[in-house]
Amino acid sequence: MSPQFLFTIEVIANGLMAGVMYSLVALGFVLIFKASGIFNYAQGVMALFAAMTLVGIQNGQVPFSHLINAVFGTNIHHFGWNLPAIVAILITLVVMVLFAILVERLILKHLVNQEPIILFMATIGLAYFMEGFGDLMWGSEIKILDVGIPSGGSLWLEEKTIGWAAEGSNYYGMYIDKLDMIATVVAILLVISLTLFSQYTKTGRALRAVADDHQAALSVGISLRKIWVIVWTIAGFVALVAGVMWGAKSGVQFSLSLIALKALPVLILGGFTSIPGAIIGGLIIGVGEKLFEFTIGPLIGGATENWFAYVLALVFLVFRPQGLFGDKIIERV
Amino acid sequence: MTEPSARTENDQAAQLPPGATAESVSEEHLLEINNIEVIYNHVILVLKGVSLTVPKGGITALLGGNGAGKTTTLKAVSNLLHSERGLVTKGTILYRGQPIADLNPSELVKQGVVQVMEGRHCFEHLTVEENLLTGAYTRRDGKAAVNRDLEMVYDYFPRLRDRRKSQAGYTSGGEQQMCAIGRALMSSPETILLDEPSMGLAPQLVEEIFEIVKKLNEQESVSFLLAEQNTNVALRYAHYGYILESGRVVMDGSAADLRENPDVKEFYLGVAEEGQKSFRNVRSYRRRKRWLS
Repeated sequence: MSPQFLFTIEVIANGLMAGVMYSLVALGFVLIFKASGIFNYAQGVMALFAAMTLVGIQNGQVPFSHLINAVFGTNIHHFGWNLPAIVAILITLVVMVLFAILVERLILKHLVNQEPIILFMATIGLAYFMEGFGDLMWGSEIKILDVGIPSGGSLWLEEKTIGWAAEGSNYYGMYIDKLDMIATVVAILLVISLTLFSQYTKTGRALRAVADDHQAALSVGISLRKIWVIVWTIAGFVALVAGVMWGAKSGVQFSLSLIALKALPVLILGGFTSIPGAIIGGLIIGVGEKLFEFTIGPLIGGATENWFAYVLALVFLVFRPQGLFGDKIIERV
Repeated sequence: MTEPSARTENDQAAQLPPGATAESVSEEHLLEINNIEVIYNHVILVLKGVSLTVPKGGITALLGGNGAGKTTTLKAVSNLLHSERGLVTKGTILYRGQPIADLNPSELVKQGVVQVMEGRHCFEHLTVEENLLTGAYTRRDGKAAVNRDLEMVYDYFPRLRDRRKSQAGYTSGGEQQMCAIGRALMSSPETILLDEPSMGLAPQLVEEIFEIVKKLNEQESVSFLLAEQNTNVALRYAHYGYILESGRVVMDGSAADLRENPDVKEFYLGVAEEGQKSFRNVRSYRRRKRWLS
């Protein structure tokens, strides 16, 4: 095999894995949108908040320490312990459940039956509030997230593939980040479990029922408020997973919340209402932007990764506005 | 926990021989609506004092034209008004003597009152069977009981058994109506509020649906409060009827009496007694009608 061909494969593989990372964020959007018709602008900030909370808890940071020190003149920052990653993740999960309950109590409950745009505005407000609240709680400095996920290129893969190229060619094997591989496995597990949950459990069935028809769901005795708490909890869980993966990749800092913007074209491609759509949309965008950068990028000066996804999304909006897998509107004939 | 006692009463009623329906309608009032007023969006007065009672084991029909307030009355009972910005501002609604205005729809379903909404409202992307199972959402009596009821629903609606794996959105209008009624049955209700079951269905199918309603009433002793525009069919199957006009009850009586009433005949059944009626007679009808509020 020629090195050129192998290199293309490597680009595609890397693109697929970058796509998985986008999909992780897009999933959270889809879940909430399906169940309540709300486009949750705060999804990216939720990922950031979850990652910050995880780091803070893991390192035994005192929440609101700056505030406490300023008010009481104390000087406390740490509890002086370091929790194992798994414990910290579980505690963060509890925090995300609390967060979901608070969102329902303080926001959604009061906005039932309002126009979608009003709910959208509410999530914008929520996003900015959480951004500030997260900083107040854990401090705004860049944090390093280490939950024991290995990173760096996989030597094993490099050694395996180095012999694939023809003798004497200048090829050093494939470089694929271990973190990306793990993210892929995690994303696959996440999608499988979400699908099983929504297809085969009573609550999952109720979630889909609510997504189809709020009124009818109410009439059979499904409590919308309970369903919303469940949905936001799941979205919080997905945000935590996305936050952990992205945080481990690029550090926990404000820009983490901007990954939500990268999820937008994924949603437009895959459709706002489809979980498989979010995954496949992510993969298409991941592979598309890497391949474009690799083949056409050098001709037009590079840095195409910044805009390629959005242009692709625009094209889709023109030709297939419901996305690849968006809910078909069922029409009987 | 009045649930178990209600069940045993139901069982006794179920042992009555078929044909004894009219007699099996007890004097006990399951649902009492006293003089309720409903306002939408804080300004639009839709019900201007509606009172009615639903006896245990009966089929009570709520008749009237478009916008008379039938659906609003049903939704006031099932507490689905809140989600449409409607509000009961006056009057009381009692179920088994207890006020139910503060219960949310979910608690009400647990009490045994479930609504089948106008226009079916099946969950389109769920299969027929999933739709039915969703109806059992509030139940806590285990899988076996739910499966038993699923079989019961399939026995009443054999067509649903054939379509159990199809997406509800792709089934016919009649099948969707059956699915909606079946879904309500899955909550093992005591009272079903049935809104316009005949809407958009062929006459033959309307008969089929009403036959099943009658059977459910007799064999499962489910009480029905039925809103219907199709006065003819409704009065043939119901035991008692109320006629609503622009938010008020203008007439009530046993279904047999209403069928014979000259005004009902003329204005709702479309049978004129003698020749062409003039507008003067219409006015006389207006004068004659009784305001219950």
